[in-house]
Amino acid sequence: MNEEELLAQLYDLTLVGNAPAVLELTNVGLEMGLSPEALLFNALIPSLEEVGARFERGDFFVPEMLIAGRAMAGAMDRLRPLLIETGVESIGTFVMGTVKGDVHDIGKNLCNIMLEGAGFQVVDLGVQVAPEKFVAAVEEHQPDIVGFSAFLTTTMPMFKANINALEKAGLRDKVMVMVGGAPVTQEYADAVGADGYAADASTAVNRAKELVKKHRLVGQA
Amino acid sequence: MARAGVVVIACGAIAAEVRAALRSSARAGDGVEVRTLPPLLHNHPELIAGEVARMAGQLQSEGRTVVVAYADCGTYGALDEICTSLGIERLAGLHCYDVFAGSKVVEAVFAEEPGTYVLTDFLVRSFERTVVQELGLDRYPELWPDYFGNYRRVVWLAQRRTADLELRADAIAEMLSLPLEVIDTGITGLADELERLSSRAGG
Repeated sequence: MNEEELLAQLYDLTLVGNAPAVLELTNVGLEMGLSPEALLFNALIPSLEEVGARFERGDFFVPEMLIAGRAMAGAMDRLRPLLIETGVESIGTFVMGTVKGDVHDIGKNLCNIMLEGAGFQVVDLGVQVAPEKFVAAVEEHQPDIVGFSAFLTTTMPMFKANINALEKAGLRDKVMVMVGGAPVTQEYADAVGADGYAADASTAVNRAKELVKKHRLVGQA
Repeated sequence: MARAGVVVIACGAIAAEVRAALRSSARAGDGVEVRTLPPLLHNHPELIAGEVARMAGQLQSEGRTVVVAYADCGTYGALDEICTSLGIERLAGLHCYDVFAGSKVVEAVFAEEPGTYVLTDFLVRSFERTVVQELGLDRYPELWPDYFGNYRRVVWLAQRRTADLELRADAIAEMLSLPLEVIDTGITGLADELERLSSRAGG
C-alpha cells in the first residue's frame, strides 16, 4: 500500500465509522512516514466533511454521523500530541459547553470534533455548564470564541444569562460568542446578542474561522 | 358542542390515547374522526409541519373541520405557523409530555433532574423500534453512551399502566442502567385539550 492508497482507505474507513481500523491505519500511516497534518487534512477532515454533506442531503443520519465522529475522535487522540510536537499552530481557541439545565451534547460533540479537525484548540466544559463556569473558563483559557449549546427551548434563555455574566465580568468584548442547537435560529442568536450562529457542525467551523479573523482584527485595532 | 365532520389529525405516537380520550368524552368524541400520521415523524420533527399541512389542506378542501393532536413536538414554531395559516389549532404544550402530565409537572421533573429521560406508554411499547433501531443502537451499540451517557433517571409518564408495560419499562431502565420513576398521568389532560379544541373547531 502506498501513501495515496493509505489516505484513500483512511478516508473510506472514516466515512463508514470503522474506529478500530481508522486508528490502526493512522498508526500505519505514521510508521510509513506520513505527517500528522497529511493524515488529518488529506483524509480525516475531507471524510468528515463528506459525512456532513451526506447528512445534509439526507443520505446519512445521526447514527452515521456519530460513528464517523467517533472514528475521527479516536484518530485525533493519536494525532493531537504529535501535532503539538510538530508545532502546528492552532488557528484559535474555542471554549464550548452545553448550557445549564441541559444535558444534550450530541451536536456539541460533533462540533468539537469538526473544530478540532479544522485546527482549533477546543476546551469542552461538558453539559449543564453554569454561567460562572463559562466566565471562569474564558478567564483561564482566553479563547477567541466561547460557544453555548442548547437543545431545548426551555434552556435557550441561558444564552442571554451567559452573555450577561460575561458582560458583568468585563469579558464580553474580549471573546466572540457563538450559539447553536436544534431550536436555535439566526434571529434568536441576534436577539440575545451572540456574534455567531451555525445550524450544523460544518457551518460552525466556517463561521468560527470568520469570527476568529474578526476577533483578531478587533484586537489589533 | 362538537359537530360531526371534525377530524383530528393525530400523531401516531398518541393515536391510541387520542381515540381513548375521545371515547371517554361524549362532547369531544361525538362524530369526530381520527386520522394519524406516522409516529416515527418524531425522529424527524422538521417534517411534521409539512405533513400536517398536507393532510389538513386536503381535509379542508373536502369541507372538513380540522384539529391537530400534536404539541409543538420539536417543530420549534413551524407547526404553529401552519396552524395559523390554515386557521386550525393544536394541543397546547411543547411535547405530548405536557399534554399528558401538565406543563407544571414536566417543568418540575426537569428542574429536579435535567438528566431525565422521559417515556410515555407509546415509547415503552415501541422502545426497540422507535429508539433502539431509529438511533442505530442495534447496528452501533458503541453509541449507547453517546445518546444516554448524561441521563440520570428514567421517568415514565404512564397513561395506563399494565403489567406488560411495567415489565417493559423496568427492562428499559435496566438497559440504560438508570433508576425508574413512574408518574401516573392518565389521559384526562389529553381529553380536556381535545374537548377544548373540538368545541372551538365546532363553533
